[in-house]
Amino acid sequence: MAGSHNEDHPPFNHPAPIPLLIGVFLGLVFLTLLTLVTSNIELAQFAFGIAMLIATAKAFLVCAFFMHMFWDKGFNILFFLSSTLFVALFIGVTLLDTGQNQNDIDQFPRAEEQSSAAPADAG
Amino acid sequence: MAVADPDNILEEHHHHDPFIAHHFESAEQQFDSGKLGIWIFLVTEVLFFSGLFVAYTLWRLHHPEIFQQAHHFLDKNLGALNTIVLLFSSLTMALGVHAAQNGDNKKCGLYTLITMVCAAMFLGVKAVEYSHKWDMGIFVRSAFNYTNHHAEGISPYLLGLSAIPALLLVGFIGASVFTKTMDNELLPKFFAGMALTVGGYFLGVLVGMGFMALTAGDGGGHASVERVAPVVLHAQTADEHHAEDGHAADSHAADGHEEHGDAHATHAAEGDHAHGDDAHHGHKKSTADPMDRDVGVFFSIYYCMTGLHAIHIIAGIIALAWVFYRCLALHWRPDYFGPVDYVGLYWHLVDLIWIYLFPLLYLID
Repeated sequence: MAGSHNEDHPPFNHPAPIPLLIGVFLGLVFLTLLTLVTSNIELAQFAFGIAMLIATAKAFLVCAFFMHMFWDKGFNILFFLSSTLFVALFIGVTLLDTGQNQNDIDQFPRAEEQSSAAPADAG
Repeated sequence: MAVADPDNILEEHHHHDPFIAHHFESAEQQFDSGKLGIWIFLVTEVLFFSGLFVAYTLWRLHHPEIFQQAHHFLDKNLGALNTIVLLFSSLTMALGVHAAQNGDNKKCGLYTLITMVCAAMFLGVKAVEYSHKWDMGIFVRSAFNYTNHHAEGISPYLLGLSAIPALLLVGFIGASVFTKTMDNELLPKFFAGMALTVGGYFLGVLVGMGFMALTAGDGGGHASVERVAPVVLHAQTADEHHAEDGHAADSHAADGHEEHGDAHATHAAEGDHAHGDDAHHGHKKSTADPMDRDVGVFFSIYYCMTGLHAIHIIAGIIALAWVFYRCLALHWRPDYFGPVDYVGLYWHLVDLIWIYLFPLLYLID
């Protein structure tokens, strides 16, 4: 905290309190260890969701405090977060398309299957 | 804007700050413009990486068996170690920005230097990880040639990768000594800092090798058998298969790989037939089987994603070096710290991407 709110700081200068930054770091380390531990437990179909949930919690901490979003202009935040919308669109639309064609892809023979399958069977 | 010589700029603007470009009205306007600019850049970065995330999502959704196999090759301990290193560098970066916001150039320089050392350390651990995989023939799909072979001593790939940092280290130390003899104030410190940074790479190599030796459990830096060798795993499941079904597995093997669900068992039976007990000990024969080489698809994605991320780390070090130099030149003040903040934002984004890469690429089960 020392020197965080100095006399001659212009209005656009908002230093984040140091204890907060260190706390965020400790939180991030904790979440990293947590995701490592949960990856060793049998969680079946939830494993992926939990790992992504923890990653998103970490991303939130980094964005809000390390990247100063907490103190940033609303427009910048909106702008950056809108990129996730486009990523979701990108992945979603591609998935729709490949899901449609997957059966055809699976039936398409591999280039090397004919050549390498024969000797393997002979052995 | 015409590039005038620095003295002239000072002459023109002697009434106010030399670091506020004349097309900006105030320090605040300049700061806000730069900030919007860096956010736009970060958005393009997110979209740039998202192409690879699309590739990842498609392959994982349609071919989960490749990812399940690949997980036997991955070292999640090294990945976790690197995550912590990168998170720590993010903390020191944030502290560096804090120092710059208070106009404390000395502290800012120190934190920037620690950030650079951590970044280089990350690359050192990465080099250990990559070279260990290359030793075993784990390359991208087209070159995938897995053999359960462990190089004795230090990997030649690691030596190759370390050649550039070694040259840089000698160069930076030389430059630091040379500029000192020229009575330069700034440059000896700057080059000494860069030499320390490159030293961080070698620290990372040492820590990575030590960490791998510790976590592998057999003391020699050789990963334990059941962790790295899917061929061995296949052979084991084949034994069970034989016990249950007798010759059913053989007929499957003769059919070749008709579908993915059965391909594991099929391949297992083949592995057992072809290599017999050899599969249990140092399996030196390369894997010509397409099912095995398909694990290479995972590694194509793995190398693209982590490789692109590593390139961003290197770019980050270069940007940080510039910030570090300007720290030494005492440029930062409470009304002029934008560049530190912008480089910091970029550095945090590199961290942010790793936060997602780590569970996606290392924690697959």
